[in-house]
Amino acid sequence: MKPTSFDYVRAETLSDVFAVLAAHGDNARILAGGQSLIPAMAMRLAVPEILIDIAGLADLRRLEVVDGRLRIGALCRHAELLDAVEVEEHAPLIARALPHIAHPAIRNRGTIGGSLCHADPAAELPACALALDASFDIQGPSGQRTVTALEFFQGIYSTNLRKDEILLSIDVPMMEPTGLCFFDEFARRQGDYAMAGLAAGAAVEDERLTHVRLAFFAIGATPIRAMKAEQILEGAAIADIDAVADTVSTAIADEIEPFDDLTTSSGAKLAMMQVLARRALAAFVDQGALP
Amino acid sequence: MSTRLTITITVTVNGEPMTAAVEPRMSLADFLRAEGLKGTHVGCEHGVCGACTVRVDGRTARGCLILAVQCDGLAVETIEGATDSGRLRDLQDAFIDNNALQCGFCTPGMLLAADELLRHRATPSRQAIREHLSGNYCRCTGYQAIVDAVEQVAKRRAGQGS
Repeated sequence: MKPTSFDYVRAETLSDVFAVLAAHGDNARILAGGQSLIPAMAMRLAVPEILIDIAGLADLRRLEVVDGRLRIGALCRHAELLDAVEVEEHAPLIARALPHIAHPAIRNRGTIGGSLCHADPAAELPACALALDASFDIQGPSGQRTVTALEFFQGIYSTNLRKDEILLSIDVPMMEPTGLCFFDEFARRQGDYAMAGLAAGAAVEDERLTHVRLAFFAIGATPIRAMKAEQILEGAAIADIDAVADTVSTAIADEIEPFDDLTTSSGAKLAMMQVLARRALAAFVDQGALP
Repeated sequence: MSTRLTITITVTVNGEPMTAAVEPRMSLADFLRAEGLKGTHVGCEHGVCGACTVRVDGRTARGCLILAVQCDGLAVETIEGATDSGRLRDLQDAFIDNNALQCGFCTPGMLLAADELLRHRATPSRQAIREHLSGNYCRCTGYQAIVDAVEQVAKRRAGQGS
């Protein structure tokens, strides 16, 4: 369980990153917290020629409010975000998801950008990004671009990021006072990979749900929004949510066929998704009922 | 920015600077053991078991999931340093009193993880203790005695218990 030999450089600027990526292409990997990349290298699933350590890029470590959105630098560590009042206040969905990520010692090192770019189908943060309509700020040698979470996640461990690019930060809309959120997952033990999980959000207008987002994870190649179920809930009166709960369950079964994995069948995952959706609706009713 | 086959690093380990030329692929855990600090145990080597837990810049980390080269210029504390500080004495005594270790392989990591929990939460529930220690595997005790020991120390430190 030792990685093969590789070279290592510490980037002092973004230009350093682009220079190494240009010289080594696919054989270079960016090292952020290393909590997924280093185990993959230990198991020799990843065999890069060179690692580019970006820990010194202080600009990627910022957490700030910009134009009504919370901007989270790619190098913010899970434990730092868990301690940050800005996250609890403006992006409580992320605050609720973070304790489910691995274990404390791993949360102390792992970064949000690393988790998003690794794009593990069972990871919590990609689903949160999808549920929050996050936008991804990406820098390449010739400029910057922004993509939505829907565009960013493309497959198992596969994103919209090109070989010569780096994720700088993600922006999430700050939760409105009328906002609702829910996060939960089924895992065999605390910190294990989820068998199925749900990151959900909504807002309340005139005692009705709006902007409903149901982003399931660990059930497909990427986190997946249950858009038919979202449509059923859009405009539903909070007082009558029980009446649509069965329809929501049916819609989820119609639109998403979860993949089997090593331990959990598709049918079991679907049942978990339906339970999670019911829990989300119950949470929305509780939160929406608050004065 | 430059690249080499070995890289000379200086890591402050338990308050003392240590300088060595290391291959980039060497983990922090292997580096510490090569320097004679054998209290950091190497178990699974891919971040699952927690036996290699150390503190990097004041927070616990997996010694197998950090490269030694990443720690150039950082401060690392191992079980040896934490023991010498005396900070863990009551926790270590409680582990002994409660038979919270048998083979002892997980114990250094378990102690450092429990230490971190008690710094952040003075009186954690048993559930919180279990959750915090969920990333540290013990194949001997069944965990009950470990949770007992941590809970006992938390209560004693808070002045509430025997």
